[in-house]
Amino acid sequence: MGILEVKGINKRFGGLQALGDVNLSVAENTVHAIIGPNGAGKSTLLNVLVGKLIPDSGSVMFDGQSVLGRAPHEINQMGISRVFQTPEIFSDLTVFENVMIPCFAKRDGAFQMNAIGAVTGHGDIKDMAEAILADVNMLDKRQMTASSMSRGDKRRLEMAMCLVQEPRLLLLDEPTAGMARADTNNTIDLLKEIKEKRDITMAIIEHDMHVVFSLAERITVLAQGMPLVEETPENIKGHPKVREAYLGEAQV
Amino acid sequence: MLGLNSRDFKLFIIVCIMALAAPILLNPFPTASAMGESFNAGYPALMQRFVIFGILVIGFNILFGLTGYLSFGHAAFLGVGSYAAVWMFKLLSYNVVPAIILSVIVAGLFSVVIGYVSLRRSGIYFSILTLAFAQMSYQLAYSVFTPLTNGETGLQVYNDDPQILMGENSPTVPHFFGLEMNAQSVVDVAGWSFTFQNGYYLSAVFLILAFYLSIRIFRSPMGLMLRAIKSNQTRMSYTGINTKPYMLAAFVISGMYAGLAGGLLAAMDPLTGAERMFWTASGEIVVMAILGGVGTLIGPVLGAGIIKYLENIVSKINDGILHNWFAFMPDWLDNALVTIIHPFIGKGWHLTLGLLFMAVVIFLPGGLVQGGQKLGGLFRRKKTDDAADGAKTPAE
Repeated sequence: MGILEVKGINKRFGGLQALGDVNLSVAENTVHAIIGPNGAGKSTLLNVLVGKLIPDSGSVMFDGQSVLGRAPHEINQMGISRVFQTPEIFSDLTVFENVMIPCFAKRDGAFQMNAIGAVTGHGDIKDMAEAILADVNMLDKRQMTASSMSRGDKRRLEMAMCLVQEPRLLLLDEPTAGMARADTNNTIDLLKEIKEKRDITMAIIEHDMHVVFSLAERITVLAQGMPLVEETPENIKGHPKVREAYLGEAQV
Repeated sequence: MLGLNSRDFKLFIIVCIMALAAPILLNPFPTASAMGESFNAGYPALMQRFVIFGILVIGFNILFGLTGYLSFGHAAFLGVGSYAAVWMFKLLSYNVVPAIILSVIVAGLFSVVIGYVSLRRSGIYFSILTLAFAQMSYQLAYSVFTPLTNGETGLQVYNDDPQILMGENSPTVPHFFGLEMNAQSVVDVAGWSFTFQNGYYLSAVFLILAFYLSIRIFRSPMGLMLRAIKSNQTRMSYTGINTKPYMLAAFVISGMYAGLAGGLLAAMDPLTGAERMFWTASGEIVVMAILGGVGTLIGPVLGAGIIKYLENIVSKINDGILHNWFAFMPDWLDNALVTIIHPFIGKGWHLTLGLLFMAVVIFLPGGLVQGGQKLGGLFRRKKTDDAADGAKTPAE
């Protein structure tokens, strides 16, 4: 029984079957990659997991509790955090404020009327935020406005914002899209480091096979909304069905 | 000090001094001089408007400045607050304390309802919903709710009203435990005459409290959450935060500020009418906030002050006064100047305001506060040659 159990998910957009009977089981404390060609339904699946989309049928269980029908903030409070394809950060705020907000969400829950005491008066929040910024090597950038940072830094910041909540499941949507090889390797190292340091389950959507094979312990291949194969990385390489999905019917 | 950091505390002290010394500061010219007659703003009726509209816009800024949700119906809360206050005068007595308390409570409840519905949408749809509610309130106050609002005549206190708490010697004008709001003392000092009025000082104390509370909210975790909502709502919900109660709280706080302002307006002059809720009144609040500087602490007070100043001072200047000023010039130059300036004064004050507003929006998107910052940065650069320091720190 995995920490995340997806059973028989169907989702149609008009005439398009985006997800057709998708089953997925992510074991606790593993890195599970979901790959597939463009339009395979990877992002749709992720949107179902975080509560952005409601599937037509099927069930999503996280740690024995159903996720479906809950608002995104409730799902996050259950312990699922998401890193987006294009970094979703608070561009107008400073780096430090960016990480303080998830700290408050972690400590105070979805809503807490805290309108009188100054932010700076919450020492525990400050310590949490500083610790995570040290972890991702951004402590020196804490007073920068988030919008003025490089794309790689924005990604690291978003990662820090997710990690500071100590999620049990971290969903990563193409965490290295559009990155140079050096930055990609840094991200891989960062993720490996996180994995070593804490108990965390990760589900990664990724196109870059270098990233997938560096991190993943299990791989699920999606094509046209259907799960094709679920295997270990060794068995995925050269798997005939996977080749077919990526390269078409042509014999190679 | 007082739970504020040193910069905020300094700003707070400046506002306190400005509010308390306004009767002196706003009378820079000798009372009988030509300049004094035209430009002195230190008379109670106008100063009351400065501080009451200051309170209103400070509250509006908690919503618009922090969350970016543009309410186009804030005048409705002002109007409701005024009605509530006048009803207290009618039912209890002329004491302003129950009147102001009830006006804040009623405006708060009213804003819970309007906020709950309007906040289901964001952006332009939110603005339209609030505008619709405010116009609805205005029309209802005119027609259906006549028993509550006295329709077109406006609500006021009559001799046969119950006023159950009125004693025999109770004042027959709004008062604060006997201190009559319109009582004033005039101090004459060498050509200057300063008017200190109870009503003004009551309003000024409320302005100081309102300003203090707004600094605390801006610097609090809730203020941070509201700014984060403005910045990225998607990230907010994927960070496990329910944005709706935060938004509603901001909306209600903002509505209660407006209710307080409405209650104070009624306390200064115990009558009110539906036109206080008209949509142009809501628009005026938006203009004040943008002119002063949205999202800054002091901006709303500045914006409210400047618009009320233009409305009351520039609109009173007429051609005769201009001719007086230019009397020392040759006639042809005098006439030419008066012809040029004529469209901008008197009823043309809206033109002056419009041009000022356009200039601010185009050149100083951060409002007059940004202008002040730029000026301050310029001076600091000259002094210390340290360019980076002056321009970067956001003075709020």
